[in-house]
Amino acid sequence: MIDWSPVLLSLRVGLSALVVIFVLGTLAARAMTRRHFPGKDVVDGLLVLPLVLPPVVTGFLLLVLLGRNGPVGRFLEGAFGVRLLFTLHAAVLAAVVVAFPLMYQSAKAAFQSVDTRLEDAARTLGAGEARVFLTVTLPLAWPGLVAGTVLSFARSLGEFGATVMVAGNIPGETTTVPLAIFFLADAGDLRAAGIYALVISALSMAMVVALNVWTRRRRPGWMRR
Amino acid sequence: MLTVRARKRLPHFTLEVDFAVRDEILVLFGPSGAGKTMTLRMIAGLERPDGGEIRLGERVLYAREPRAWVPPRARRCGFVFQDAALFPHLDVSRNVLYGASDGAAEARERLGGLLGRFRIAHLADRWPSQLSGGEVQRVALARALMADPDVLLLDEPFSSLDAEARLAAQDVVLQAHETWRIPFVFVTHDRAEAERMGDRMLFLREGRQVDGPEVPGRGD
Repeated sequence: MIDWSPVLLSLRVGLSALVVIFVLGTLAARAMTRRHFPGKDVVDGLLVLPLVLPPVVTGFLLLVLLGRNGPVGRFLEGAFGVRLLFTLHAAVLAAVVVAFPLMYQSAKAAFQSVDTRLEDAARTLGAGEARVFLTVTLPLAWPGLVAGTVLSFARSLGEFGATVMVAGNIPGETTTVPLAIFFLADAGDLRAAGIYALVISALSMAMVVALNVWTRRRRPGWMRR
Repeated sequence: MLTVRARKRLPHFTLEVDFAVRDEILVLFGPSGAGKTMTLRMIAGLERPDGGEIRLGERVLYAREPRAWVPPRARRCGFVFQDAALFPHLDVSRNVLYGASDGAAEARERLGGLLGRFRIAHLADRWPSQLSGGEVQRVALARALMADPDVLLLDEPFSSLDAEARLAAQDVVLQAHETWRIPFVFVTHDRAEAERMGDRMLFLREGRQVDGPEVPGRGD
């Protein structure tokens, strides 16, 4: 029998990260497609940076920031008595930072593809900005947002480099599937590592297929044809 | 009565317009890029003028001094876009209902009347992508009027229609104006269409109103 705790931990990390990424990614993409301000390109670059940095480097930066002598770590410990490093929260944070750009990029492309004249039309029909966003922009950008969500969730599930830096390898607490695979293989237990590899592959595959089927079923009439 | 006195700096020239529209059809006529669409967008509140004043009846929609700004959602300016801009994810009846502000039952009743009037009742459940060019513009017109506007702005609404459909669509607008009796501002770069539609005409070139040889409109 295999120990299921890494699988459950991975799912917890992936789903928690998913919620955060969906909200932050959508809001950031919306703000960046609507507003213009000096230094916008630099901000955009920073938001996408984790995509091109090696995850280990991202993890190292987080480690420095969150550590006992890091600015964020010292603040959290001083103000709330909270220590993030080597907890599951750190694993979630690592997944959020690393997978965020995928959601952000997809959402940005999705929002840019929405014809601004449709939003204008809604405004002239008496809709305020919130209604325009909820009834016109969001439904039209939806396929892109779903695509970004799938990509970033898959990326969170497989996150290793940054996670190992900030969450460490504490069995039953922070050992997610990718970490378990690495440390089992490192210890020569290829059979157990192989089982986890199969489990995570099957899980990811099932997720992608299920979402594909769901989006096709849910596909509104105007997109069929 | 719609009164427009507005100035806006554009990349190649400064747009300056000054006109008033009673319950008639005013045609804004001129070559592409003369500022016609921008004028409509300023009236609807989709663009901010750099100066001037826009009034609709008693209401000041925009003024530079003292500052006044009514957002587009509260202006009651109906807008028919060049490509109709129907919401692709809503069927015809939900497109038309989008701007209705009255209760559900009342809106349904008015919806039936409008769909019948514009001969689109049989299309109520269709998606915009399933409609012909003429049908699309009739739906756009019904949608704009459903919101009960105080003025209707039409931005080259029939430029993509063939000659026959265009004449039919023009008749629909003329009849709608007979019924609603509110100011219509109709933008076109087609002279025949301008002469057919306009009670009065305003010629625009590079952002200026040209007092050239008076072009006779329908009303003269």
